[in-house]
Amino acid sequence: MKFVSEFRDPEAAKALIADITEQAADQPPRKFMEACGGHTHAIYRHGIETLLPESIEMVHGPGCPVCVIPMGRIDDAIAVASIDKVTMCCFGDMLRVPGGTSTLLEAKANGADVRVVYSPLDALAIAEQEPDREVVFLAVGFETTAPSTAVTALQARERNVENFSIFCNHVTIVPPMKAILDSPGMSLDGFLGPGHVSTVIGTGPYEFVSRDYGLPLVTTGFEPVDILQGVSMLLRQLSEGRAEVENQYKRVVRDAGNPAALKLLAQVFELRPHFEWRGLGFIGQSALALNADFAYFDAEKRFTVPGVQVADPKACQCGEVLKGAIRPWECKVFGTACTPETPIGTCMVSSEGACAAYFNYGRFRAKKRIPVRST
Amino acid sequence: MNSQEERDQVHQRIEQWKLRPPKLNDKVITMAHGAGGKASQALTDAVFLSAYGGAQLDRLEDGAVLDVPAGKRIVFTTDAFVVTPRRFAGGSIGDLAVNGTVNDLAVMGATPQWLTVSAVLEEGLPIDELRDIVADVATAAATAGVTIVAGDTKVVERGAADGCYLTTSGIGLLDADTNLGAEHVRPGDVVIVSGSIGDHGMAIMLARGNLNLEADIASDSAAVHEAIRALLDTVPSTRWIRDPTRGGLASTCNELAVGASVGVSLFEESLPVKPPVAGACELLGIDPLYVANEGKFAAVVPAEDVDAALAALRSVPVSAEAVAVGEINDEHPGMVVAHTPFGGSRIVDMLVGAPLPRIC
Repeated sequence: MKFVSEFRDPEAAKALIADITEQAADQPPRKFMEACGGHTHAIYRHGIETLLPESIEMVHGPGCPVCVIPMGRIDDAIAVASIDKVTMCCFGDMLRVPGGTSTLLEAKANGADVRVVYSPLDALAIAEQEPDREVVFLAVGFETTAPSTAVTALQARERNVENFSIFCNHVTIVPPMKAILDSPGMSLDGFLGPGHVSTVIGTGPYEFVSRDYGLPLVTTGFEPVDILQGVSMLLRQLSEGRAEVENQYKRVVRDAGNPAALKLLAQVFELRPHFEWRGLGFIGQSALALNADFAYFDAEKRFTVPGVQVADPKACQCGEVLKGAIRPWECKVFGTACTPETPIGTCMVSSEGACAAYFNYGRFRAKKRIPVRST
Repeated sequence: MNSQEERDQVHQRIEQWKLRPPKLNDKVITMAHGAGGKASQALTDAVFLSAYGGAQLDRLEDGAVLDVPAGKRIVFTTDAFVVTPRRFAGGSIGDLAVNGTVNDLAVMGATPQWLTVSAVLEEGLPIDELRDIVADVATAAATAGVTIVAGDTKVVERGAADGCYLTTSGIGLLDADTNLGAEHVRPGDVVIVSGSIGDHGMAIMLARGNLNLEADIASDSAAVHEAIRALLDTVPSTRWIRDPTRGGLASTCNELAVGASVGVSLFEESLPVKPPVAGACELLGIDPLYVANEGKFAAVVPAEDVDAALAALRSVPVSAEAVAVGEINDEHPGMVVAHTPFGGSRIVDMLVGAPLPRIC
């Protein structure tokens, strides 16, 4: 596929690895947090951790939209999905996310009409095709996916699709980054900033990272060469004593973001006073709800949503993992009680979750590096 | 109509009518076609026997009597087919049902000989569609050189099945000295695949039509026994062969790693993935290593025989694009590790559940 191969070019990657290794040799050990689940996935998928010098540690941040959903919201979604005539549409990742007692996949097996869609517009189309069903779209994700939900809400209103509603769980990226930076014992040296989120919100919202916390942030893409270049740019800033917001992902991210998408968000959503994050607890003004103009399409208003609150399982340390305080395998239940087959925490569910990514792709390195075949 | 003679004539006409082969006039499958009476017989005659009847099947006995040549062992396998949609780019449930079982026999080193075909039909299935499916069964069986020697048809009520399910069982003949198996695999051996991976699974995903993706991707559904015959004739030292169907090459390699207690290293830059398949996988966040194939196989051969094996495979159209993709080692027994083009590595684990697309 065009536009992929050049960002997986072995020669470019090797040159960047050499540059990173050289820079790292002159610096103390560094801890960088990659903000996005997409980064985490790419780092493991392409074996990037096995290529970085040992003095550079990648800490997996809060940016996996599936991982930060609290169990109570899943239970709420299952409760709505189980209402007579409701069809619950969600992204594939959400099916296996554990709620307090079960998953949407189990709810489906027990007779709830749960369907996987690839876009909220698919859910709207189902509502139009099946007018006797109450179609609910389970909206999750950061500012990346929120605009497509906004477009769907607008189209639903325009086309007067009365049997469609949205169970909104959209969250915003800046508040959890702040929460992590404010948490005790935080020891990060810099951020690989969000890629796709930044295409929407631009790079301005991250200025506080350098201004208030004196840390560098590089908005970074998701291909191996992007990530290596992001790491190299962070090291360069640190060695030159700079703490700035830089943009590695210029081919996609504009500094001002996407004004049309931002306008859509403002038109359809409002900030919730607070929202519960898996592992991070309640964070003020960190999530979106449909505003008064779109209240008709708000599933939380249309149906009786139990508003379940479930304490995270005691043994599960997803919060510590999300904050970067511990690495996945340092969690007490990692790989024993909590595996991709029987996940306890959300980090083990999505392939973007730090724990699942480490379990699936990364755990080999902890045992032994293997020699690379010459090509 | 008073005379005995006239009545006899009428009775004679009735008897003659009864002797006529039953005619299939229906447009859709009804419960009557499964009741074992005239309608069942009509369906069997008009759809199944007319497509792939033969000396054995036409006898309509309760079983087939098969002659096994002296000195041969038999390999026996069975597989059920429930694919949705029933027709897709590159194939249908009909040819899949034949090729799947033929390939299961072939990867055991056997020459496929005989098949049985059982169909579970849902009330309401259009008979024209069934004819098309059965025609695909007949064509695939003829292409693969196997004879269908027994069959069965059941009809279930609407909603109790999804249109048409097929089950095929197959028997192949195995030479006394052919002995493939994971236990023969040794560190240093080389892993070969017979062609591009991921075609079938992605063709099915696209054919389901809910992705709004259009791409030039067709299923690779094909019988591979001729390619395997060519390989075994040229490289009798071939250790192990398997067809990477559900779960893809990743699952097959994991089964090998665990079964043989060896490590399997795959080299990503060698994996043959067609650009449209790679693109669709990339968009959906699915790893082609986990996507199903229906006309491919993976083989392990000793390192010194790789060139001969590849040359033999490339001489057969179905495996013309065979390549070496990995090596067997003793460094990480039970584990499959993929090496990225720039020297990174990652574990390729068994799939948990179904492959679910990622959000972003």
